[in-house]
Amino acid sequence: MTPNGDAAIRLDHVTKSFDGRKVLDDISFAVERGTAFCLLGRSGTGKSVTLKHIIGLIRPDAGHVLVEGEDVPRLPRAKLARVRKRMGFLFQDGALFDSITVGENVAFPLRRHTDLPNDEIVRRARARLEQVGLGHDYDRMPAELSGGMRKRAGLARAMVLDPSILLVDEPSAGLDPITSEEIDQLLLRAKLDEGKTLVVVTHNIPSARTLGDELALLDRGRLVTRGTAADLDRSDNALVRGFMHSQGGG
Amino acid sequence: MLAWVGDVSLFGARALRDAFRPPFELDEIARQIYEVGWRSAPLIFVSGVAVGVVLSMHTRASLERFGAVSMIPAGLAIAMIRETGPLTAGLLLSGRVGAGIGAELGAMKVTEQIDALEASAVDSFKYLAVTRIVACVIAVPLLTTLMDFAGILGGFLAEHAASGMSFRLYFQRSFLFIGFEDFIPATLKTAVFGFIIGTVASYLGFTTSQGTEGVGRASTRSVVLSSILIILADVILVRMIFFLFPGTV
Repeated sequence: MTPNGDAAIRLDHVTKSFDGRKVLDDISFAVERGTAFCLLGRSGTGKSVTLKHIIGLIRPDAGHVLVEGEDVPRLPRAKLARVRKRMGFLFQDGALFDSITVGENVAFPLRRHTDLPNDEIVRRARARLEQVGLGHDYDRMPAELSGGMRKRAGLARAMVLDPSILLVDEPSAGLDPITSEEIDQLLLRAKLDEGKTLVVVTHNIPSARTLGDELALLDRGRLVTRGTAADLDRSDNALVRGFMHSQGGG
Repeated sequence: MLAWVGDVSLFGARALRDAFRPPFELDEIARQIYEVGWRSAPLIFVSGVAVGVVLSMHTRASLERFGAVSMIPAGLAIAMIRETGPLTAGLLLSGRVGAGIGAELGAMKVTEQIDALEASAVDSFKYLAVTRIVACVIAVPLLTTLMDFAGILGGFLAEHAASGMSFRLYFQRSFLFIGFEDFIPATLKTAVFGFIIGTVASYLGFTTSQGTEGVGRASTRSVVLSSILIILADVILVRMIFFLFPGTV
């Protein structure tokens, strides 16, 4: 990792507290373009909060969050919107808009941010849904989908504007191993074939090994360690070793 | 409590400011007017007819003692247009629309759909709150007008059943003492009711926490608080109308 290299995302000494409880404590890391960075850690250690800082849904109490050189928390709304259009966010449960169809969920960013004709919008939304294996589900409502399907539809929506950065919150949580593997493969293709930068929050060590060029472990709001999967395997830290050897990860 | 009133006031002031700034989200406003307005129309119409029937029966019982039954249509129309229609419509809509908005936005909040809108580079406040508040401000006066006429129609049905009065005669007598100064201020004040319903419900939806339990609480509080605020606002607005339009006293 080069400190001033070609970083797509950089967090510098980010600190955040909620109701007096420190959730992030002086977090710093950088993610290079076209690489995947996996954030590991127990529940409630600040992984999702970190992800939401990157897209500007949460502002830090102190520190900087830079995305492609722009200091996200200090951007006015119009500029923040431009930066957000370059990012896609997959929420833990998909966060599909439940009042519109799956297809319209995927088409939503295109309708909001492009002047494309309706036929082209529908064509692109269908293509993204086919890519995640939901080509026949365009007209279904989100409530009719299983958890894994909702997550895949959420991924299609996150990718429909062809963002350069994908932020992914627990892609395999609550999914069976086969669906989990399918989502990992989709993310891997997004990185390798489309050159996207990925930041993935996960508990799933095999998934992190598959996707991550670099892994980092958060514990009680602090970054305990970071490095390649091999680096973390060699760590002397008991927590890191315990984590890396859990869930069949070793 | 004071902090809550301050927060809701700031929320409403921000909505007012943003309503006049582009983009105007006209498609979403139209969709919300359909949801708030058109879908509430059956409730308002049926309630209006029922209120008209009841008012007519009470008025007949009172006026018969003074031999003034011919004044029933005019008395009922004045009561309906000046106060009963606006207040009843406001309270009914605070129940139907306020609960709906509070629950919908609350559910969107706890399932991260509002965050998903923001992550999609959409101003969630403008897209969700401002559009609903504007729709309420437009739809509530229209629905109040529907309630007024439904009430007068209900009065006619009751009167026709009691005395056989013709439709034409009833409506002639209804509008004998009604002028625009009776209808316009009383109906326009319900735009304020709409603003209260939209603002309180959107605020409670946006600030929902604690999962599905929080959604239920947001929905219930939307109804209770907007109903109380509508009644309090009505006292002030009626006083203002009397001051600005002395002819309506």
